[in-house]
Amino acid sequence: MGHDAARLGAYPAVRFSRRIKRTRSGQFEVRLSAEEREVLRGLPSQMRDALALGKDDPAVARLNPSACLDDAEVDAEFHQMMDDDLNAGRLEALDAFEKTVDNTRLDEEEALAWMRAINDTRLLLGTRLDVSEDPGERAVGPDDPRAPGFALYDYLSLLTQELVEALGA
Amino acid sequence: MGCLEPTMTVTPVEVEDPTTDDVAVPDRPWVVIVWNDPINLMSYVTFVFQKLFGYSRDKATKLMLDVHHKGKAVVSSGTREKSELDVFRLHEHGLWATMQHD
Repeated sequence: MGHDAARLGAYPAVRFSRRIKRTRSGQFEVRLSAEEREVLRGLPSQMRDALALGKDDPAVARLNPSACLDDAEVDAEFHQMMDDDLNAGRLEALDAFEKTVDNTRLDEEEALAWMRAINDTRLLLGTRLDVSEDPGERAVGPDDPRAPGFALYDYLSLLTQELVEALGA
Repeated sequence: MGCLEPTMTVTPVEVEDPTTDDVAVPDRPWVVIVWNDPINLMSYVTFVFQKLFGYSRDKATKLMLDVHHKGKAVVSSGTREKSELDVFRLHEHGLWATMQHD
């Protein structure tokens, strides 16, 4: 399992200023820089393009994993019954995220859509980057072509963690 | 009357066997297993277990740690239909879940 972002130490400054927090009215306050909003705004279309590759793409396959390892028939029936709903829900979350990406307030349903859209993006990106559990073990220099991918991955991990903490608060 | 005939002594056994089979096969429970993966965050996995199954934070944390340290954990059990729904909901949340007969 990926280690929680707070342990990483990669973003020391943000440990003390939360980007997402639950308000007393039960909504979620979102404080992000213009640069962060721009990064997030670009994600849904990239995700839709990636998902369109279908399950032949190993990273997309990660989002639709086997449901039964010891019975191929049960697995096939599961995918036949569930895959359309699974993919539709994923696209709905991306749409909901895209519509609210510039909001400074989210309701709970919108915050959950953010969590799903962002975590799905992490799953796809993390599979492509072949990430390990502990980012501390990572040997990626600033000139490595994967460096921007890892930076985005770590940022999205941080947002996921903040969303989880706010939603669980 | 005929109670010493071999067929009579066998009969009770034969009656029990099909009954056991009839009950055991359809009701044999399924279990849902979540497997460790390097991407989903520990806090996220705990949150998902609480949200989907209504588990307490303690129980969800214990299951999450089992997945993390042992590589997998049984998170729910029941009929095939219930297990399919649980696997679906776990996949919706990006967890790698499978189902199998207990």
